[in-house]
Amino acid sequence: MSDLITDTSPSPSGVSDENGSKKSRAGALLRFGRTGAPVLPFLAYVSLGLLLPTIAIINLAFRSNAGKLTLANMKVILCTSNNQACLQYRAGFENSLKLALVTSIVPGILGTFVAYAIATSKHELFKRLTAACSGVLAQFGGVNLAFMFIAAFSAVGGVATHWLADIGLNPWNHGFNLYKFWGVAFVYMYFQLPLMILIITPAFAGLKESWREAAEGLGASTWRYWRHVGLPVLAPAVLGSMLLLFGSGFSAYATAEALTAGTIAITPIQIGAILNGNVLSGEANLGYALGFAMIVILLISVIGYALLRRRTSRWLR
Amino acid sequence: MKVAVAAGLVSTMLAGVSLVSGGANAATKKVNWATVTSAQAGGGMTALVKAAKKEGHVNVITIPLAGWANYGLIMKDFTAKYGIHINDANPNGSSAQEITAIQQDKGRADAPDVVDVGTSYATENMGLWAPYKVATWSLIPAASKDPNGRWFDDYGGYVAIGCDTKIVTTCPTSFADLTNPAYKNEVAINNDPTSASAAFYAVWAASIANGGSYSDIQPGITFFANLNKIGNFVPGGTAATAAAGTTPILIWWDYLQNGVASSVPGWKSVIPSDGTIAAYYTQAITKDAPDPAAARLWEEFLYSSLGQNLFLQGYARPIELPGMIANKTVNQGFLAKLPAAPKGAVTFPTMTQVNTAKATIASNWASAISGS
Amino acid sequence: MASLELGQAIQGEALMDSYSRGNPSARRIKRVRWGRGTALFLAALYFIVPFYAAMQFCLQDVNGHFTLQTFTQIAQAPGFYSALWLSTQLAVATMAIVLILMVPTMIYVHLRMPRFRRVMEVITILPIVIPPIVLIVGVDGVTPLWLKSSQWLLALIYVVLAMPYVYRSLDAGLGAIDLKTLVEAARSLGSGWVSIIWRVLIPNLRSALLSASVLTLALVFGEFTIASLDGWTTIPVWIYLTPTTNPRINTLVAMMALLGTALVLMLIVSFDRKSHLRRS
Repeated sequence: MSDLITDTSPSPSGVSDENGSKKSRAGALLRFGRTGAPVLPFLAYVSLGLLLPTIAIINLAFRSNAGKLTLANMKVILCTSNNQACLQYRAGFENSLKLALVTSIVPGILGTFVAYAIATSKHELFKRLTAACSGVLAQFGGVNLAFMFIAAFSAVGGVATHWLADIGLNPWNHGFNLYKFWGVAFVYMYFQLPLMILIITPAFAGLKESWREAAEGLGASTWRYWRHVGLPVLAPAVLGSMLLLFGSGFSAYATAEALTAGTIAITPIQIGAILNGNVLSGEANLGYALGFAMIVILLISVIGYALLRRRTSRWLR
Repeated sequence: MKVAVAAGLVSTMLAGVSLVSGGANAATKKVNWATVTSAQAGGGMTALVKAAKKEGHVNVITIPLAGWANYGLIMKDFTAKYGIHINDANPNGSSAQEITAIQQDKGRADAPDVVDVGTSYATENMGLWAPYKVATWSLIPAASKDPNGRWFDDYGGYVAIGCDTKIVTTCPTSFADLTNPAYKNEVAINNDPTSASAAFYAVWAASIANGGSYSDIQPGITFFANLNKIGNFVPGGTAATAAAGTTPILIWWDYLQNGVASSVPGWKSVIPSDGTIAAYYTQAITKDAPDPAAARLWEEFLYSSLGQNLFLQGYARPIELPGMIANKTVNQGFLAKLPAAPKGAVTFPTMTQVNTAKATIASNWASAISGS
Repeated sequence: MASLELGQAIQGEALMDSYSRGNPSARRIKRVRWGRGTALFLAALYFIVPFYAAMQFCLQDVNGHFTLQTFTQIAQAPGFYSALWLSTQLAVATMAIVLILMVPTMIYVHLRMPRFRRVMEVITILPIVIPPIVLIVGVDGVTPLWLKSSQWLLALIYVVLAMPYVYRSLDAGLGAIDLKTLVEAARSLGSGWVSIIWRVLIPNLRSALLSASVLTLALVFGEFTIASLDGWTTIPVWIYLTPTTNPRINTLVAMMALLGTALVLMLIVSFDRKSHLRRS
């Protein structure tokens, strides 16, 4: 369907598309150099604040405690020897990835539906209200959110647990455990879902109501409309947003730490135990190596997001 | 003859004066307290106190303001006695952060002067400490100190099982009791054994109760894995969760249990009958301490019978307890309140055994408990 | 605006328009309304129930009766005021630095380098996905000693963490006003750049600036990882690590932080007249 609609207009900013030749790229660089000076403070800050520390971690990940270059940390992380001592880190990565996938796919799909429900509403005030709510709720997280859920859902003394127990639906009696994997995922949803709504809502602007009406006029059912028009247009945006959610769910530390008191075996918690604990002394470089591995995984997801974003913006420019 | 006697008298007097003034000169000679290895070597306690007061403050780190071995009162008493102000950085931080702070704050006036860390953090960073032997050095058991004075244990306790009698009808008195199905969703240790020292030793105590030893912590891991499987085990335990009723049975240090008891009516704790283990925290003075004299005075205070009794008041076992009982300098009233210790002299695992246990915990705990 | 241009470029749009007659079937509308209603209701339930339950938890005593006594207990809890003061200082510093850094940059980018917006967007997404727990380690590795032991290092790091939210706010705000016209008008009247930013643009960007500030405030009062690893006792660190024996105290402070920022943000949005002029 998408090939019926070709974007023949030059993009509004007047710069050539992906097929730019070497000459235009060099020209672009020169132009940047001339006009780009005022953004240098921003770039400098980001370099110092993000780039430099990342380089430092990469450096530390490959050093031993004595400071010498070594691949030993990597060997432990990748657990190539499969011995018991390193399986914990592999388990940590597996749990982290599982958690990130669950808390990106589920809120991703649900969030798309909810965002669609909001975007197609006719009440302006409602839209503004929900937009504000999403913005606020996406901010919730960390220690504050964990304490809120503990107060509401802990097995003994949780207020919501009491309400549910009164109607015979005490979740703890049906296998729910707030402090284990699914409990953590349940809590993560609280900020992942609004984050999804926040990110995906602008994409609906690219899905024109007139296409829907036209499709209906041509006799398409709802299902066919979505199959051939809606989903292909939305897919890059939804996927891209889910990648972002993946990154957010993978790197979250404070929420899991405060909720499970550091007892869930995910990579950020393991790093915390090494670098900020009271038991595992003398293993700091292993912690840095774990951090490096996390960065690699997250970089992949960010690149994926950027690529999908490019596709999405076709509908939005 | 008279002249000779007079000369002799004068010379004796002069010699005497020079001796006295020589002594006085020695006392006013500048002492670099950073290299002083004992109060005596620096010219005595009075000189130490004087130098410490001149410095005016001492920087401690990660000392909780309340609820930990009576440190709150200890700090207050120290300041009241000597007029030296205590700066407590990062009161709720971890042992790892103490080491990081020393490395990070090097050369600054607010760098830590002294630390109170888990023992392995002290023994693995020997280069950071200044050797110093307190006046009561001989009362510290040999196994609990560095022979050169770089580190020395201060206080500690046994792993104990605490219980909220308002919620639990019959309190468990041993690890074996904990598997009782009546305790579903009630049993907790202090958070995670890979990051919290009390939890680590709780698992070790469980191991000893189940056929393990100082060389083998695995039976403890298996025990808690089983406890988790039958549904009795709850992941995080602190004074707050004990008070909230979320963890009516909490395995923790006995001295911290008593702190809980003072704020949670009906809280009782007991040292498990089938196995327990004792661990002590460790003091050290930093080599580049910005306030070396005050740092040393602080240690002298902690290891004086006054300081050690203050730890005792906080239900912790001061390291010099056996010596103080023998010397009759112990406060009998505080001593009586301690939970009954296991029979026999207290023994500790060696550093090698501790490291092996840590490695085992790090690799096996998570998969055994299976956080997912 | 830009979307209109794209719309007009789509071949066959005119043709499709001619096919759209009348309204979609009434049945579809009803189905859609039910579906939408259920989705929104369930979502609302998921968000409201824990919040309400937690508030109730904090405002009752051990016997379940309503009480405000928890507030007084907070005031007496050890270390609370120093944590509050530290968090407040950091919040103000972070807000100041991030706005001074981002506002002129984004105005310039919107005016002269619109293609750079995409680059900025990707850059400002990075802090969302670089784990703070790893970031703090890297920062400690490169920071000079004199800065490492200062609390202001936290503010400098928080600026990086706040960038995604500030960028989105300002981007939306700048997109909603007619930037080019305003600037051209002001320039033609002889205004200098500082004057333009201060007297023309900032008043028009009021709500975007306010929400950027509040989001930064929420971030600082919610950030735990970096503060705790760097050894500073900010409010979230205080909440988690302070051993009070009444968990209601810690929880109430957490709820106040959540509620406070939520209320302020809602107020900003509801009093903002211009936001509905944004394309929707």
